[in-house]
Amino acid sequence: MRPKVRIMNLLLQDYLPVVIFIGVSVVIGLALLISPFIVAYSSPDPEKLSAYECGFNAFDDARMTFDVRFYLVSILFIIFDLEVAFLFPWAISFGGLGDLGFWSMMLFLGVLTVGFIYEWRKGALEWD
Amino acid sequence: MSVAAVFFYLFAGVLVASAFMVISSRNPVHSVLFLILCFVNAAGLFILIGVEFLALILVVVYVGAVAVLFLFVVMMLDVDFVELRQGFLQYLPVGALVGVVFLVELILVVSTWATAPAVAQFPKAAAVGGAAISNTKALGLVLYTDYVYFFEASGMVLLVAMIGAIVLTLRHKVNVKRQNVSAQVARTPETAMEVVKVRPGQGI
Repeated sequence: MRPKVRIMNLLLQDYLPVVIFIGVSVVIGLALLISPFIVAYSSPDPEKLSAYECGFNAFDDARMTFDVRFYLVSILFIIFDLEVAFLFPWAISFGGLGDLGFWSMMLFLGVLTVGFIYEWRKGALEWD
Repeated sequence: MSVAAVFFYLFAGVLVASAFMVISSRNPVHSVLFLILCFVNAAGLFILIGVEFLALILVVVYVGAVAVLFLFVVMMLDVDFVELRQGFLQYLPVGALVGVVFLVELILVVSTWATAPAVAQFPKAAAVGGAAISNTKALGLVLYTDYVYFFEASGMVLLVAMIGAIVLTLRHKVNVKRQNVSAQVARTPETAMEVVKVRPGQGI
């Protein structure tokens, strides 16, 4: 076997517990999904299945429009999520990076800190 | 067929099927959920070729954050999707044209694809080429030094995204009393209350 293929197989062997875990969770999930159809007593009725809203007929669709501020919070979360994601390879390979690698990350963090200060001063981190 | 090949066809099959469901399911929320399934299977494919870091970043960033953004957008727009589908036949020619152009481009890319001879000289960039070096470390060794301009450009892109999102969506309500911690802590009885002597028969 070629060495690269052998290394690949070693790598994939590490994922055997993950595969077993996914298999077990699929089995449990399917069992919980299917067993009600087999076991549970069911006699559907139009009155029982219709939407019920405190005695009224349903006024409206259940899907309401979201406030745009949820979106803002979420997008700010993604940006700092990515910032942290960039820190992981940097931390692992820090010993072999040298000055350029160090200062490039400092510049990156500085650029994002400018944005962080901007959003703090603008009050984007506060609700309403 | 090796175990890796079995898993490749499993992930690829579920990926293509769920990608089809993304564009064909009627409920947009179901579309987003199928998109999440797509991302997870793509992460599985990444693990199969040995790029573990990118696979887990795909799960963390795309499944954890971008899919939530998509859900917000779907909930926020409140588009009547039944009505939106009425013009399907009307837009079909334009959509088909764009699809055909894209397909031709993809075929051209795939059919003329070749590895540059110099790539074999890059042991650092190889995913699992050297046994002693992990994928994450290999990525870190080239990302912050050899590709420093792209790295800084990504920082600029994130900054633009942050400022753009704030400029576009941040609207403060007027007449909202905010918490001001230093002002509240600095309150003393002298600044907070005032003793007023009220004479009988007169208001304040």
